[in-house]
Amino acid sequence: MLPDSKIPSGPLASKWERHKFDLKLVNPANKRKFEVIVVGSGLAGASASATLAELGYQVKCFCYQDSPRRAHSIAAQGGINAAKNYQNDGDSVHRLFYDTIKGGDFRAREANVHRLAEISRNIIDQCAAQGVPFAREYSGYLANRSFGGAQVSRTFYARGQTGQQLLLGAYQALSRQIGLGKVQMFPRTEFQELVLVDGHAKGIIVRDLNTGALSRHAADAVVLATGGYCPVFYLSTNAVGCNVTAAYRAHKQGAHFANPCYTQIHPTCIPVSGDHQSKLTLMSESLRNDGRVWVPLKSGDQRKPWDIPEGERDYFLERKYPSFGNLAPRDIASRAAKEACDAGLGVGPTGYGVYLDFADSIKRMGEPSVREKYGNLFDMYERITGENAYRQPMRIYPAPHYTMGGLWVDYNLMSNVPGLFVLGEANFSDHGANRLGASALMQGLADGYFVIPYTIGHYFASHTQHKPSTTHDAFGHSETQAKARIDRLLSIKGNRSIRSMHWELGRLVWEKCGMARDRAGLEEAIATIPKLREEFWHNVSVPGEAKGVNVALEQASRVADFMEFAELLCRDALHREESCGGHFRTEYQTEDGEALRNDEDFAYVAAWEHQGEDKAPALHKEALDYQEVKMTQRSYK
Amino acid sequence: MNLTLKVWRQKNADEPGQFVSYQAKGISQDMSFLEMLDVVNESLMTEGQEPIAFDSDCREGICGTCSVVINGAPHGEQKATTACQLHMRHFNDGETITIEPWRAKPFPVIRDLRVDRSAFDRIIQSGGFISASTGGAPDANAIPIPKPDADTAMDAAQCIGCGACVAACKNASAMLFVSAKVSHLGVLPQGKVEKDRRVLAMVNQMDKEGFGNCTVTGSCEAACPKEISLDFISRMNRDYAAAVVKSAWNQS
Repeated sequence: MLPDSKIPSGPLASKWERHKFDLKLVNPANKRKFEVIVVGSGLAGASASATLAELGYQVKCFCYQDSPRRAHSIAAQGGINAAKNYQNDGDSVHRLFYDTIKGGDFRAREANVHRLAEISRNIIDQCAAQGVPFAREYSGYLANRSFGGAQVSRTFYARGQTGQQLLLGAYQALSRQIGLGKVQMFPRTEFQELVLVDGHAKGIIVRDLNTGALSRHAADAVVLATGGYCPVFYLSTNAVGCNVTAAYRAHKQGAHFANPCYTQIHPTCIPVSGDHQSKLTLMSESLRNDGRVWVPLKSGDQRKPWDIPEGERDYFLERKYPSFGNLAPRDIASRAAKEACDAGLGVGPTGYGVYLDFADSIKRMGEPSVREKYGNLFDMYERITGENAYRQPMRIYPAPHYTMGGLWVDYNLMSNVPGLFVLGEANFSDHGANRLGASALMQGLADGYFVIPYTIGHYFASHTQHKPSTTHDAFGHSETQAKARIDRLLSIKGNRSIRSMHWELGRLVWEKCGMARDRAGLEEAIATIPKLREEFWHNVSVPGEAKGVNVALEQASRVADFMEFAELLCRDALHREESCGGHFRTEYQTEDGEALRNDEDFAYVAAWEHQGEDKAPALHKEALDYQEVKMTQRSYK
Repeated sequence: MNLTLKVWRQKNADEPGQFVSYQAKGISQDMSFLEMLDVVNESLMTEGQEPIAFDSDCREGICGTCSVVINGAPHGEQKATTACQLHMRHFNDGETITIEPWRAKPFPVIRDLRVDRSAFDRIIQSGGFISASTGGAPDANAIPIPKPDADTAMDAAQCIGCGACVAACKNASAMLFVSAKVSHLGVLPQGKVEKDRRVLAMVNQMDKEGFGNCTVTGSCEAACPKEISLDFISRMNRDYAAAVVKSAWNQS
């Protein structure tokens, strides 16, 4: 059974205000009696840890990186949306809400998205107060730029490093609380198990990545802010350490996993160059403001890009989507690039690439202006490819970048396991089937700074279960389980490298459950994944011991979870017999190749319940009732 | 191409380390330096040997996790580039490459090429922030900031906290790192309120961690993958001197 989503009644625009009043409070003097565990120190985890500590709660924050400043939020380039309407160009809370709902292809919750749009304004204020060096005009006021899926300029940015600056803001707020002794920080510490006591999330088991020691931590509530699951594709724009472990192991403990098939393939990444690659690199979507995407009109055209005359180029996004042009949303732009390459029009050594051309912009505003706006991105492109994008067009191709699916949460961001809260990319709640650019930073910070501080208190005030002792049987049981998994991995002593197993899994998921999916392919993947898993558990090589630093063990432990999670992802993609946003089933498309939704049968959140090893998961449906918005076919033409 | 690697291997902080030679075969010039190490590690692991421990995460030059000294230069010799963004096209077939961890007393080796940089976190915890608790912030446009100031703050704020500046310095000084944060926050009107307190606390913590003194040789600036300018050190020295005088005056 899926619990109530706790969406407040009443008009959409006043739901959050009313709900905040209805939430129970914890008196300031009592807050220090409650302890919260936060796993993850990205935008969501760091902002939540800092804010909860400021309120007076005792916080323990865990991250696998060597410092909380390094979480992968730091790599976000383009910007953060906020409905400030500083540009006087027709923006409003309602428009940001509508753009986000539409961008998500009408598969997100109205109430959550509206709250996000409302809070967006406070985030910018908070970040400016923290000293985030946003770009400014000569007036001293904040600058904005436009981003995919929107016709207004509402994106705030700090050069091409917005994620870095926002994360450092949150990290500094967190550091202040660590210095004050309100937050206890555990870097280089990895989540192993969620501990449930009487059905409530009351603790975790973690592994110290320096010593290898397992330890028990008890609390009154557990917050997971552990990011997405892109590395299930092996190659993605995520950091090499990003993993699904905490979310997936919580799922195995009873937390429902919602909409895993909603994965975002970002259109502007540097194309794959060979099998040796450990990751792919994103080129910010903001480049599409001034770069024009094209392929040669004729397939097999081997001429250099500058030798191909205007008349023999196909600016396919401008042609297909005249009103949004190169700023079409990510899912649409990615699919269009894939179609062009599948038709043999792709460029570069592999044929899987399209041009992103700045020649016109350089002519229009001069090279120095282009350099000021995008210099760091052009430099990065040159470092990786050895090519100068001021002189020749960039080559780009879509790559896995973000995952909209995640653990199911109610309006209070609590999962179906009481006391387990899930924030940021790790939850499923706000982006529907496709996330618009510059919305991930907004959501991570909204959840951490402005939602969880209100909703967690309500849980504490409504329940009497308090922090258990770590000597409770449940902790012993979970620790034994964590230890057994580690011992099992170390005892395999097979012949396959961890990387080759991960690569094989990723390749399969990318081919069968990537940008385009169909029944036959998904069924094949679902049949193949258990065999890969079998191979992994019998033939992978994990050298070393449980004690001390063991890099191989860290990697193997993460890949083991991807081996199981991949199947859930494919099952969800198979069951959703429609196309929406990032989920494109080739059987379900309009005559001109656009996603064909089926609102009658699939306007729901698919929340999967783990039923045990080697058993198919059970599906629970949460209907998406739209009060304000009418579901229509998404058009960017 | 084929390369010979001389890699620092050290079991843990307490045991002595040594260089061990490995052959890296069939390396493509499109690989990043760390991907080349991945290849070596993969072959070590399939032989049942323990891989070379090195830190990395984002692999796009922004998280600041990677931290190896390549042929004597932190992150290698390519300007403004982290090790993860350094590509093998800058090396030659048959070359011997020496790979070591950051070497500085405040950054003890954990294993092989992994070091403990938590000293940097403690410096930030001592004062590298603006004390603006969540909520109650005025509208973001209520305080205009002159563009040149915002740009200067951003130049300083780009620091990725990797520690290459410390590794490059003969005294293991952390002045470039600390001055970048002091300047980023001190230039902005929001950060001016706590300016004196911040610089005193951060410099005090830096000294406590055992980082050495700055003799302005500029090796830190040369090694910095984000090209943080030495000017920030002069700015911090001024801020520090002013704060010391003011605090002495207030006490008298």
